[in-house]
Amino acid sequence: MLKVEEQTPVVFSSELLAKFDEVKSRYPEDKSKSALLPLLHLVQAEFLWVPTSAMDKVAEYLNIQPIEVYEVATFYTMYFLKPQGKYALEVCRTGPCCLVGAEKILSHLENKLGVKEGEVTADGLFSFRGVECLAACGFGPVLQISPEYTFYENLTEASVDKLIEDLKNK
Amino acid sequence: MSRKLLLEHINVPGINTLEVYRQKGGYRAVEKALKTLTPEEIVEEVKKSGLRGRGGAGFPTGMKWSFLAKPEGVARYLVCNADESEPGTFKDRYLMTYIPHALIEGMIVSSFALGAKVSYIYVRGEMMPQIRILEKAIAEAKAAGWLGKNILGTGYDLELYVQPGGGAYICGEETALLESLEGKRGNPRIKPPFPAIAGLYGCPTVVNNVESIAAVVPIINDGGDEYAKIGIGRSTGTKLISASGNLVKPGVYEIELGLPVEEFIYSDEYCGGIANGKRLKATVAGGSSVPILPANLTLKYANGEPRLMSYESLSEGGFATGTMMGSGGFIAFDEDQCIVRNTWNFARFYHHESCGQCSPCREGTGWMEKVLHKIEHGHGKMEDVDLLWDIQRKIEGNTICPLGDAAAWPVASAIRHFRDEFEWHIKEPVKSQSQNYGIANYATPIEKTPVTEEK
Repeated sequence: MLKVEEQTPVVFSSELLAKFDEVKSRYPEDKSKSALLPLLHLVQAEFLWVPTSAMDKVAEYLNIQPIEVYEVATFYTMYFLKPQGKYALEVCRTGPCCLVGAEKILSHLENKLGVKEGEVTADGLFSFRGVECLAACGFGPVLQISPEYTFYENLTEASVDKLIEDLKNK
Repeated sequence: MSRKLLLEHINVPGINTLEVYRQKGGYRAVEKALKTLTPEEIVEEVKKSGLRGRGGAGFPTGMKWSFLAKPEGVARYLVCNADESEPGTFKDRYLMTYIPHALIEGMIVSSFALGAKVSYIYVRGEMMPQIRILEKAIAEAKAAGWLGKNILGTGYDLELYVQPGGGAYICGEETALLESLEGKRGNPRIKPPFPAIAGLYGCPTVVNNVESIAAVVPIINDGGDEYAKIGIGRSTGTKLISASGNLVKPGVYEIELGLPVEEFIYSDEYCGGIANGKRLKATVAGGSSVPILPANLTLKYANGEPRLMSYESLSEGGFATGTMMGSGGFIAFDEDQCIVRNTWNFARFYHHESCGQCSPCREGTGWMEKVLHKIEHGHGKMEDVDLLWDIQRKIEGNTICPLGDAAAWPVASAIRHFRDEFEWHIKEPVKSQSQNYGIANYATPIEKTPVTEEK
């Protein structure tokens, strides 16, 4: 749930604001609220989650009420409302991927990382969760890693181990 | 080999670049459309082609276009629905990844036909790599003069933007998509008014699936009549099928509509049969929302005639013995798969994705998930099966958008065709935790009914 009282101070860099301006230019002048979803993605790419204080600043930038940002940020599943690991692993857990072993991959990740779904490892590097269909059913099991959403297909326990080692050594 | 219209050049190295795409005849449709055809003539060609919406509903695209209101001085929009999220469907991701200019070319021709000056491609947010691919391709096209001001000196201006979603299945419903594009929660709108009258920002809008828009390119190049010659009956042209599950060769295939289902599953040109030498138990032929069918009804109608991959043939027999083409997400289940577990999985999906606007869907999907979880985990009672039937009946048709129906149909069809398996789970709460019900008689071939003369 969204905790409105929580306030992590955030500063929007001039580079980030320049990206905001570019996104805003895609819509008719009086329809800049359309930029809300893309802006929240930009915020998340910068801070790895979307703190309430950042939502307030986005509201201010778009000249809309903070609640209009909160209701969107809580509706869509991609926006992290609390801090995640540096690498947030998202494994598809929907039907077709389960037919080819997604559930095993999820439990393997839990054992490998030593944390439950939604928790962050002690070194702050990893968190993971099951997500619904990622539209890659023919190449399952699949996972993606935010914020770039790099995509890994045809997972096996061994390929997941290697992926985690590679990320640790990055 | 069947004809390929969309994926003909998919294996050409560099086909994702403008240069190679042009070498292979790309953007010819833009030249032809903008220089030699009027918008009305393009709409007419698309009507003649018989193209039906490839996102799932199968509504004729040309007819949808002809409904677009054209009041003086009001902007019109074309929005491409690339919010591909239907479990079992991954054709649009494939198309956008490997041949992004096919979509952009289709967007230019379609935008011109509809009189849109600004168009958006709404891509689901998880597809950030595809968003980057499309943005790069749009920049290439713009630099080469295919987008922007005064395209090919014809005086036609078009700006094309990619809009990321936020991770919500419901935004594949066109009015929810428009809400989302306006920066709001993806709650579907009550229709009417339809988007053709009041869509994006209250302006007349057409929303089309990626594959539908890409199909406009060969329709303009070869003519609507040529396109309509491919396929069978009212299922014209080619269709991308996303094949997943326990198949030897899962993947995206372009088929001519009318291909026998059996050939699609077993021939080496397509899926190559069931993986690991197992037998086929069941299929979901058009994405998770369409009814699941046992193997025997997948391959043949109840009267023993072979079933084909077409809108009409897949729905032959209605929901009693048929299914639907849907989005073309073809999921195959081998003999070791548990229908109860899969039905629970899909029910959880719909519960997770319900937007919460309509009570029957918001409450019903959660209720179905709980009951199915109970049965799957060995705590079910016999009356739970009837309870599930009752709940799905009360969701179907009682919601603003089709997500309610989409949640109800997988449960209804699983009970209709696999009731024995549900009952076995309930009668054998311990055994069902370690064993599967197996294939039973679900693959028993259907004998052809002898034709008898009416007296």
